[in-house]
Amino acid sequence: MTDFQQQALQLASQQNGTDWLADLRARGADRWAAAVWPTRKTEAWKYTPLLPLQNDNPARWASVADCAWQQAIDPIPVDATRLVFVNGHFRPEHSSALPAGVARFSEADAAQRELIRSQLGTVMDSSLHLFGALSDALAADGVLIHVPRNQTLDKPVYILNVSTPEAQPAMSSQRVLVVLEDNAEAELIEHYVSGDEKQNLFVTAMTEVVVGNNARMQHYRINLEQEDLLHVGGVHVDLYRDARFLGFALGQGSRLKRIDYHVNHCGQGAHLGLNGVYLPRNRQLIDYHTNVEHKVAHCTTDEVFRGIIGDSAKAVFNGRIHIHQDAQKTLAEMSNRNLLTSPNAEVNTKPELEIYADDVRCGHGATIAQLDETSIFYLQSRGVTRAEAVRMLSFGFINELLNEVPEQAIQDYLRPRLTALFGQADEKLGQMTYE
Amino acid sequence: MLSIKGLHAKVEEKDILKGLDIEVKPGEVHAIMGPNGSGKSTLGNVLSGRPGYEATAGSVQFKGKDLLEMDTEERAREGLFLAFQYPVEIPGVSNMEFLKVSVDAKRKHLGLPELSSVEFMKLARETSKRVDLDANFLKRGVNEGFSGGEKKRNEIMQMMLLEPDLCILDETDSGLDIDALQVVADGVNSMRDGKRSFIVVTHYQRLLDYIVPDYVHVLADGRIVKTGTKELALELEAKGYGWLENGEG
Repeated sequence: MTDFQQQALQLASQQNGTDWLADLRARGADRWAAAVWPTRKTEAWKYTPLLPLQNDNPARWASVADCAWQQAIDPIPVDATRLVFVNGHFRPEHSSALPAGVARFSEADAAQRELIRSQLGTVMDSSLHLFGALSDALAADGVLIHVPRNQTLDKPVYILNVSTPEAQPAMSSQRVLVVLEDNAEAELIEHYVSGDEKQNLFVTAMTEVVVGNNARMQHYRINLEQEDLLHVGGVHVDLYRDARFLGFALGQGSRLKRIDYHVNHCGQGAHLGLNGVYLPRNRQLIDYHTNVEHKVAHCTTDEVFRGIIGDSAKAVFNGRIHIHQDAQKTLAEMSNRNLLTSPNAEVNTKPELEIYADDVRCGHGATIAQLDETSIFYLQSRGVTRAEAVRMLSFGFINELLNEVPEQAIQDYLRPRLTALFGQADEKLGQMTYE
Repeated sequence: MLSIKGLHAKVEEKDILKGLDIEVKPGEVHAIMGPNGSGKSTLGNVLSGRPGYEATAGSVQFKGKDLLEMDTEERAREGLFLAFQYPVEIPGVSNMEFLKVSVDAKRKHLGLPELSSVEFMKLARETSKRVDLDANFLKRGVNEGFSGGEKKRNEIMQMMLLEPDLCILDETDSGLDIDALQVVADGVNSMRDGKRSFIVVTHYQRLLDYIVPDYVHVLADGRIVKTGTKELALELEAKGYGWLENGEG
C-alpha cells in the first residue's frame, strides 16, 4: 500500500455517523487497501499520473471553513432547491428547505435509509473504479434524490460544492445518489467551484444515478476549480427501458482532474446524450474517461466532447463504447474535437469501440487542430485585434455545445466566465502554427 | 485616397507584383481586370495585410499614411475594406456578434461610443434588408452553410455597416447569378457618395455593366499594362487579353 492509501484508510476509519453504511465503508476500505496503485503502465491512468496526490499527502479532513466563501464565489442564479457544501460540510444556513424526496443521508428516514442501503454502491462498481472504492470507504453523508413513479421534481436540485483554501493538504468527499422510478423526471446541477487562491484540497466526488423505465434525467456536472485543486470523481448511470439521461460536463482548473462517466444501457430503448467541454490552461491536467455499456438492444448514445488546451496544459479523453453481443440495433455516435492554442499544449484522445453485435451503427471521430489562420485574418480584416479574434474563434469552438445547454441560467452563467478565460490570451497565441 | 507607387510583392518566395502603380482619388471607382495569375487577388491581399503576402519594394499611401506599416486591423479601422473572394465560415461565432465586434472596433477607433445591443440589432436588421438577406442569417454562425451568393451579400452587408473610405471588391461577382449580382451592385452603388472610393477586381466585364467604373486598368504579369475608361472593358471582353500581353497595346 502507498502512504496515500494508508492515510486515506486512516480518514475512513474516522467516519462514524450513519452506522447503517458501515458495511459499504468496510467493503470499500477492503478494496482500496487491496488495490494495486496505478503507475504509468496502468492503461486507465497512463496519461494522468497520480503523483500530485502522493506528493501532497492530503492526510486530514478539510476544515469546516465558514469564512468568506460567498465573496469569492457566485452561485449559478438558477431557480432550484439549493444545497450548499463547503469543503464537504453541509451548510444549512445557505441551503434551501428540502422538498420531499431530497434528503441528506445523515437525516434520511427509515424508508430512505433502506433505499440508500440497497442502491448506493451498486451502480458504481468499486471493483472496477479505484477511487470508487475510496469513495465507498469514506461514505458517511451525501445527498439522496428520490422521485417516485410518475412524479416530477418541481425544481432542479442544485448542489453547490464550494472549496476554500486550506493551510495544509486536506481531503473532502461528496456522494450523491439519484433514484428515479418509472416515468419520473428530475434535473440535477452539480457545481464544484473554488475561488482563485491556492486550495490545497483533494476532492473526491461520486454520483450514482438510477433512471427507471421511461424516466428522464437532466444532469450537469460543472467543475470550475482553482488550478492547484485535485479532483477525482465520477458519474455512474444505469438506464432502464426507454430511460433518458442527458448530461453536460464542463471541466476547468485543477492540477489533476479526472472524471469518469460510466453509463449502462440496461433496458431496451434507453438513450444517453452527453456533451462535454474541457478547458485546461497553464499547467492544468483534465481527464475525462467515458465508458458506455450497451448491454441490450435498441439503445442509443450520442456523445460529443470538445476541448481547448492552452499554455502547457494537458487533456485526456478516453471514450469507450462497448456493444455487447445482444445489443443489436444499437445506434452510437461519439465525437471528440480538440483545439491546441499553444505549442506546449498536449492532448491524448482515444476512442475505443468494442463491438460484438453485427447489426449496429456506431461511429466515432477524434480530431486535434490549431486555430485556422484564414479565419483569424478574416476577423482582423474587419478591425478585430488578433487577440480578440483568437478569443472569438476559441469560444466559438465550444459555443456550439454551450448553445445546446437546455438550462438558460447555466448558459448565461458560463458564457461570460468562459469568454474571460480566452480574454486572457497572451502573445504566445500569436506564434502558433496551423495546419 | 490611395497612392500605389512601384509596388513589388511576393507570395511564398514567388514575385507576383512587379512594379504596380495606381492612383485612386476620393469618389473614384477603379476596375482592375486581367487574366488568371496576373496578380489581381494578390493586390487585395497585400493591401489588407494578409500574412504570407509580402511587399518587397515600392510604397502605398492611404489617406496620406504609410499603409504597409499598419497591422491588418489598423488598416480596417482606418477605413480600408476588403470583400473576400472566398468569405470564411466560422461556426460557433454568430454573424451578429461578429458584426457588432467589428463595428464597435471601428467606432472605438473614431472615438465614438459602442452601440447598445438594441441599437445594433436594429441597424443590422435594416442593413440585412438592403442586401436582401433574411434577418435569420444574423443568428447563424458567420457564413456557416451560406450559399455562395449569400456569402457575397454578407460581405456587402459588412461593408455597409463599417462604412469604409476605400472598398476593395475581390472578384465579388464570381459565382453569382444575375439576381445576386444585381443585389451586390445595388449595394455598392448605394454607397457611392462622391467621397468613398472603390477598387473592383474582376475577371468579367459583366459586373461593370452594373458598377460603372471611372477607370479600367489591365493587370498583366504584376504590372498595369493599360489604363482606360469603361470602354476598355468592352474591348477586353471582345478581344481578350492576348493583344495587351504581346505588347501591341
